[in-house]
Amino acid sequence: MSRVLGIVFVPHESAAIAGFADAMGVEFDLLDLSSGANNDVGAGKVLQAGLTDIPPADACAKGILEPAKGYTHIVAVSSMQSKDVLPRIAGLLDAAMVTDAVGATGPSRFVRPVVAGSILATVEVLSEPVVITIRPAGFAKVSGRAAAPVEAISLPFEGKSRRIEKQSRGGGRPDLTQAKVIVTGGRPLKDAATFESVIGGLADALGGAVGATRAAVDSGIAANELQVGQTGKIVAPDLYIAAGVSGSTQHMAGIKDSKVIVAINKDPDAPIFEFADLGLVADLYDAIPEIRSKLNG
Amino acid sequence: MKILVPVKRVVDPYAKVKPLADGSAIDTGGVKFEINPFDEIALEEAVRIKEKDPSTTIVAVSIGGAECEEQLRKALAIGADSAILVQSDAEWDSPSIAKELEAVVRAENPELILMGKQATDDDCGQVGGMLAARLDWPQATFASKVELQSGVARVTRETDTGEETLELPLPALITTDLRLNEPRYVALPGIIKARSKPLESRPAQTVPLLKTKTVSYASPPARGAGRKVANVDELIGELRNKGVLA
Repeated sequence: MSRVLGIVFVPHESAAIAGFADAMGVEFDLLDLSSGANNDVGAGKVLQAGLTDIPPADACAKGILEPAKGYTHIVAVSSMQSKDVLPRIAGLLDAAMVTDAVGATGPSRFVRPVVAGSILATVEVLSEPVVITIRPAGFAKVSGRAAAPVEAISLPFEGKSRRIEKQSRGGGRPDLTQAKVIVTGGRPLKDAATFESVIGGLADALGGAVGATRAAVDSGIAANELQVGQTGKIVAPDLYIAAGVSGSTQHMAGIKDSKVIVAINKDPDAPIFEFADLGLVADLYDAIPEIRSKLNG
Repeated sequence: MKILVPVKRVVDPYAKVKPLADGSAIDTGGVKFEINPFDEIALEEAVRIKEKDPSTTIVAVSIGGAECEEQLRKALAIGADSAILVQSDAEWDSPSIAKELEAVVRAENPELILMGKQATDDDCGQVGGMLAARLDWPQATFASKVELQSGVARVTRETDTGEETLELPLPALITTDLRLNEPRYVALPGIIKARSKPLESRPAQTVPLLKTKTVSYASPPARGAGRKVANVDELIGELRNKGVLA
């Protein structure tokens, strides 16, 4: 009998974990390491760790071992946080692991993208327990169910590493992985200030998040946590606007689950026009101000 | 200081690959193989550490068939001092690779393991954390800056919302992200010189017992063909039609 434990690092992640458990057809509990997981997702119970800060991976993984006992599936939403901690849990448990599941058919078969999303692999899990990270785009987001009982739990976090500094650059915009609208800029934006005013300006006008290509991040005009693509954030907004983005395979791997992709590029032969639902061949410095003025009109 | 750098032979990350028609494997016919780009960043970082402290020794290790020698020769050319090929034609998954690398670590006694955060073929990103757990070593994944000072690694790492700095007592394991460094170009003399460096082939110490197995490969559903719009008015009209713009 499968028993799923969903590990929640950020409150909203419980919704996709519930969708994953539904796809597997099994019940689930949550281990809440966040400030308070959404508790309307139909969990059996919520183990609330009451943390203000998630410890480094060595301590975190060890601390999770005790509450994870007896579960066959230990699951978290894909993020840099989960990809730091979950392989370590798998190592401690000598467990199987599946990264970035986008589909589940029963308790031991999962679909996941490989080679920058150019191929979907079906993976059979041959032993339990199994540790899994899931991409939310592959599963329903559950809400509106009765609240589960919450049990406070104290986890023994002990590790050798020490965090000496932490910098978060929120900036008040929606989180990339949650945003309904994302505006992404590429290297043609000439500097950080231009990137912020042009790309950030349109994102704010649309109530959206800002994304960046690897080239834009590497050239220093956008912050690293904004990178979208195979090795950055995987996103799935309703509207994805890519301005001055050529459309590398690695970038497209991170956006292909978006509902509508718009490309604005002055090069009519840019590869992104092959993927975009709507393409506009134009200089972004002309097109974006025009979009903004016409949105207001 | 001894640094171990595991390297993986992967299909050229810039090649477009497809599944075989029967879905049994990825069609790699006619495609080049390279060192996993994140492992190359790890090698580069190790070489930079050696440039500051010449007493450093760098050992590259790969697990796989004889063909992995090509990537280990490249690792030697980049600056590894020696290389180990754990020669095996068996199928390995991440837990079994971590177990075999643990055996290599026990034999080699490095103080630092530098490796890629993920391989660009299977995009798993599992071995680093699994290996660190098996060794009970502290870890810093997604490193963007590494500083070593008397028995401690100070690592700045990328996070979902920005970055953080961890202090890890050595021995420790670090996985590399894109912005840690830009790997050097290796010129011909380096490749020739590397031919005289030691590359040892040894049998695996463990037997890979698979915990996961990929049973089929398929192409993802293609997105419907898009179209170009003539101007901003048409773009805004279409987005409103599709219900994604108010």
